[in-house]
Amino acid sequence: MAKNKAGEQTLAFLRVPIISTWGTVVGPMEGEGPLGDYFDKILDNNLYEGDKSWEESEQKMMQHSMELALEHAGMSSKDMEFYLAGDLLNQIIVANFTARFFDVPFLGVYGACSTLVEGLALGSTLICGEYADKVGVSVSSHHDTAERQLRFPTEQGVQRPMTAQWTVTGAGSYILGSSGSGIRITHATIGKIKDLGISDTNNMGTAMAPAAFDTIKANLQDLGRKVSDYDLIITGDLGILGLSVLKELMRAEGYVTDNVSDCGVLIYRPDQDTHSGGSGCGCSGVVLSYLLKQMVERRYLRIFLIGTGALLSPISAFQGESIPGIAHGVVLEYC
Amino acid sequence: MEKEEILRQKHASREKLLAKWVLMNENAKNLVQKEIQMDHQTVIAWEAKAEGEKKKLLMKLRISIDKQQKAFQKIDSLEYKKKAGPLAPKPTTVRNVILAFFFGGLICTIGQLITNLFIANGLLDKDAGTATAAVLIFAGSFFTGLGVYDELGKYAGAGSIVPITGFANSIAASALEAKREGFIYGVGARLFMVAGPVIVYGTVVSILIGLIYFFMR
Repeated sequence: MAKNKAGEQTLAFLRVPIISTWGTVVGPMEGEGPLGDYFDKILDNNLYEGDKSWEESEQKMMQHSMELALEHAGMSSKDMEFYLAGDLLNQIIVANFTARFFDVPFLGVYGACSTLVEGLALGSTLICGEYADKVGVSVSSHHDTAERQLRFPTEQGVQRPMTAQWTVTGAGSYILGSSGSGIRITHATIGKIKDLGISDTNNMGTAMAPAAFDTIKANLQDLGRKVSDYDLIITGDLGILGLSVLKELMRAEGYVTDNVSDCGVLIYRPDQDTHSGGSGCGCSGVVLSYLLKQMVERRYLRIFLIGTGALLSPISAFQGESIPGIAHGVVLEYC
Repeated sequence: MEKEEILRQKHASREKLLAKWVLMNENAKNLVQKEIQMDHQTVIAWEAKAEGEKKKLLMKLRISIDKQQKAFQKIDSLEYKKKAGPLAPKPTTVRNVILAFFFGGLICTIGQLITNLFIANGLLDKDAGTATAAVLIFAGSFFTGLGVYDELGKYAGAGSIVPITGFANSIAASALEAKREGFIYGVGARLFMVAGPVIVYGTVVSILIGLIYFFMR
C-alpha cells in the first residue's frame, strides 16, 4: 500500500509543505466587500489603465499577485522550481501567458473553481515527494471575461435569477516551501466528479454541493475525524444557496454544520446585489489569504478548505448536458 | 457463449430492479454501478471482435447497459432535486411582472410621444413610425454604450428586452464585447450573437404568416 495515502482518497504529506507567503489582487467590488482590507492590491477598475481587453487585465492580475507573493518572500521568479496555475478561460490563457512571463517549469491546471485547491494539492505532492523545495501556485478569475465566455455579453440588459452567483474579479498566488514558518498543508483529499443532473448554468451552487459533501465525507472517513476536529470547514464558491444545500445534505447524514462556511458567502456584503454570493477560481483564491491571516493570528488552528468546481462548458450546456461538479480539499494547520 | 448468457441474465435482473424504482443505500448502489461498468467494458471488448449479426446484437446490449447506467443516475438526480429544489430562493415573479409592465409601458409611451411629435411636425403616420423606430434603436444603443441599459435591464426585465430598444441593446452589447477580437472575427462575426435567433425566427414566422394570408385571401 502506498505509504503516503490515508484511506481511499486522502494524501498525507509526511514532508509537510508550508505556505510561506502569498499575494492577492482584486477588483473594486471585492475591495469594497467585507474582506477588502485583507487584500494586497485593489484595482480602481476591472480594467488596468491602458489595457484593451479584460483578458489582458486578468493576466496582469495573476502576474502581479505572484510578483507580490515573490516580493513578500524575497524571492525572484527563477527561485520557483515549478509553477502551477489555472483560470476559467478556454485553454487557460491567463495562466499560460503568466507562465510565459515567469519562464519557469510550468504545469497548467484546470478544475474550474476548484483549481486553487487542485494546484495546492499537486504542489504539495511535488514538495512531499522531494521533487521540489519551492513551488508557486496561482489562480484567477475575472467577472467580465467569465461572463462573456459562459453567459451573456456584459452590457446586455438581462435579469439574473436569484440563484445566480457573481464571478469574483481576483487573483491569488501562494508560494509553497519545504521549510520555514507559515501554514502547513498536512493532507489533501482528491474528490470525485459528482453530477446529479443540475443543468441550470445560473445555479452552480446546487450543481457543486454534492461533490463538496462527498469530499468532506471522504476526508472525515479517511482521517477518522469528526466535523468538530476542524475549527472551520470552508468551501470555495458554493454561494448562499449551495451552502444551504450542503448543510442540508450533511444534516441528513447526521453531521453537525456549525463550523461550515463558504468563501463565496464571505467575500461580498449582502447589499452588493450579487444574489447568491461569489464564485470563480479567484473567490477561494483571494479568500484563502484572509483565512491564512486568521490562522497566523491563531483564530483558527485547523481548517479544511474545499475548492468546488462546476465544470461548465457553454457547448455541452447548450447540448442539454448537466453540469459535473468536482471538489478537492486541503487541510491547513497552524504550526 | 456461457459468459454472455450470464451477463444477459444479470442485465435482465437489473432491469427488474430499475422497474421497481428502488432507492438503494450507498454500498448497494456502488456495487450495482460497478457491475454495470464491468459488464459494459466486457461487452465493448466482445463487440470489438465480433462480426456481422453478432456485432449488431452486442451493440444493442451495450446501448441497453448504457441506458441502465443513466437510469440509475436519474434516480439519484431526482432524489437530489427533491431535496435541493425547495432551498432555492423563490423567483420574485409578481414584482418582476409589475416592473416589466411599468418600464415596458414607459418605453412604449416615450415611443408614442416621439411618434406624435413627428406627426405634429408634418410626417405621415407610416413615416413617423419608421422614424420613431430609428430614434429608439439609436437610444437603446446609446444607453448600452453608456453602460446604463444593463442596469435598467436588472429591474425592468422583459420590459426592457421586448421593446425595440432591447433588440438594439443586444446588438450593441455584442458589438462592444466582440470589438477586442477585431472588426472581422469579432464585431462582424458576432454582432448577431444574441439577436440572431430573433431575426431568423422572426423571418421564418413572417413567411409562414404570409403564406397563410396568401391562401386565405
